[in-house]
Amino acid sequence: MFKKKACLVLSMAMTVGLLAGCGAKGSSTTGDIKIGVVLPLTGQVSSFGKSGQNGIKLLEDQVNKAGGINGRKIKFLFEDDEGKPDTATTVGTKLISNDNVVAIVGPLTSGSCIALGPIATQSKVPMITGSGTNPDVTKKGGEYVYRTCFIDPFQGTVIAKFASGDLKAKTAAILYDNGNDYSKGLAEFFEKGFVASGGKIVAKETYATNDKDFKAQLTKIKPTKPDVILLPDYYGTVGNIAKQARAIDIKVPLLGGDGWDSAELFKVGGTAVNNCYISDHYSADDTSKLVIAFQKEYKAKYNLNADAMAVLNYDAAKIMVEAIKVAGKTDGPSIKEALAKTNLEVVSGKVSFDANRDAIKGAVILKVDAGKFNFVKKLIP
Amino acid sequence: MEFLQQAINGLSLGFVYALIAIGYTMVYGIIGLINFAHGDVFMVGAYFGFFAAVNLHLSFIPTLLIAMGGAALTGVIVEKVAYKPLRNSPKLSILITAIAMSVLLENLVRLKMTTDPQTYPENLLPQKVIHFLGLSIDNRQIIIILISIVLVIILQFIVFKTKTGKAMRAASFDKDAAALMGINVNSIISITFAIGSALAGAAGVLVGILYSSIDPYMGIMPGLKAFVAAVLGGIGIIPGALWGGLIMGLVETFSKVYISSSYSDAIAFSILIIILIVKPSGLLGKKTREKV
Repeated sequence: MFKKKACLVLSMAMTVGLLAGCGAKGSSTTGDIKIGVVLPLTGQVSSFGKSGQNGIKLLEDQVNKAGGINGRKIKFLFEDDEGKPDTATTVGTKLISNDNVVAIVGPLTSGSCIALGPIATQSKVPMITGSGTNPDVTKKGGEYVYRTCFIDPFQGTVIAKFASGDLKAKTAAILYDNGNDYSKGLAEFFEKGFVASGGKIVAKETYATNDKDFKAQLTKIKPTKPDVILLPDYYGTVGNIAKQARAIDIKVPLLGGDGWDSAELFKVGGTAVNNCYISDHYSADDTSKLVIAFQKEYKAKYNLNADAMAVLNYDAAKIMVEAIKVAGKTDGPSIKEALAKTNLEVVSGKVSFDANRDAIKGAVILKVDAGKFNFVKKLIP
Repeated sequence: MEFLQQAINGLSLGFVYALIAIGYTMVYGIIGLINFAHGDVFMVGAYFGFFAAVNLHLSFIPTLLIAMGGAALTGVIVEKVAYKPLRNSPKLSILITAIAMSVLLENLVRLKMTTDPQTYPENLLPQKVIHFLGLSIDNRQIIIILISIVLVIILQFIVFKTKTGKAMRAASFDKDAAALMGINVNSIISITFAIGSALAGAAGVLVGILYSSIDPYMGIMPGLKAFVAAVLGGIGIIPGALWGGLIMGLVETFSKVYISSSYSDAIAFSILIIILIVKPSGLLGKKTREKV
């Protein structure tokens, strides 16, 4: 009898607890302007998320010190999507419905962007990603989704041209994650570009997202003797694959994209990632005034070197803030109108949007060696 | 040539599955429970090893021993807290509790260590390429195979040559009769959990070293595959778990090579379906008929 009563009380308490999550909708004409941010603060690509968060917090300080937007301070509400599309959908929806944000900066990974984009468009909340490079992000995202970085068809071609032109590679192998939109997309575009440059893909192998063992695929790739191997994935997995490749005497240079760019790559990969090349959005060796100024402020605030993800997210947030300022109002359609007209010089270059709401940006090739990403060359579309 | 290299890949993977599968099979043999939390004991062992290597700066063997001890402790605590009170409840209750303990372990570790992958130190077991018969072999894979063989031999010794082992075999045959013979069934069950968990913990450290990074959810996939391995070999039969694990590792590796790297998981799990249809008692299992 007591057990039954206890169960009844507990289930009532649980129901009340669930209902407590439903908040009242507030107005957005006075008070702080709330902008949602979705980043992978934990999980496989947490180093990206943490850099992005640092970049955005720096912007928040700068904007608020200068008086905010038309007198109102801005407040960034950070949510963690763990680098997973499902989680991005959940936290993005929470930001839109519960926190009533006027816009969303992020997500960071292409998979999460593709998942959250349609929801943002449906709710008429402008979403801007600084780093989701897969073309589907804006294609499937809808008219409220903008991106301030280059897209993977461009990135894949850049790597492919560098491989065949500069590295004189005639054959290449690709090892990619076929459960990850970014990895799959970049692999596909590299293949197109490499074949167009006269190269031959001698092996194409896949693995699943949380796989740790790549020996079987690498052992299969080795006898095909590729001149280079493309690993279009994030730094954690790439470091691991590189180590396993070197362990079975695969000595050729490995190629990659912007997913490699993290100091964590060297923690996992160590010397295995020496003599490798990646395409990226930004080089720390860039000598432009905006870059040097940003690096100085970032170092002063965090005592860390600014990396690509810090720059890209800072830029994306800055563009969104500019759009809200220009719009003069905080409703979705007005901000979207203002976004479309963006023409701003930011740290990673000049940003304006084409008909697909993609930015037209250049890329850099970096050499990965001895714990550093060194600038090799710059390519403009 | 590559065939031999892939065989080594398959064996080193297979022995890891075998070490985890043995734990599943021992627990099932003695209390009839599929311990779904076992994959997470493997993960906890990896984290204990990480702690020993990074915070205590221990070398390989002490790290391995601490991981095994930590995993054994975790297994026994889970048994005492979650499974023992349900010993006389319907099998379904204890099965659901096992799933709950699995989620609990994952989230406890996640709370303490976050979901960010942690990296095992490189110098714990330095990696060298072994050149043999024209092959380039990762020395760590050979070490995993050797250590697994040693652990299995030790296990065989315990189970067949010691009094405790005799008691374990008796209890798995018939718990009540064993109790009537003066065996302390409770402590035998705890010892079974401890040994099974220690092996899983060892597997955790070996995997941590071979693949460098560990995260709170690393036990889910290997746990599932080891479960399939245990069923494949005959659930409740220790040599069955060993063979099941090796077969799973080899099938997974060779299907990646000769069929498709995208479908290897699907193929590995369809083994479960096939064996349940064709020979549900497993490869080494005997069909037991209830004689009235």
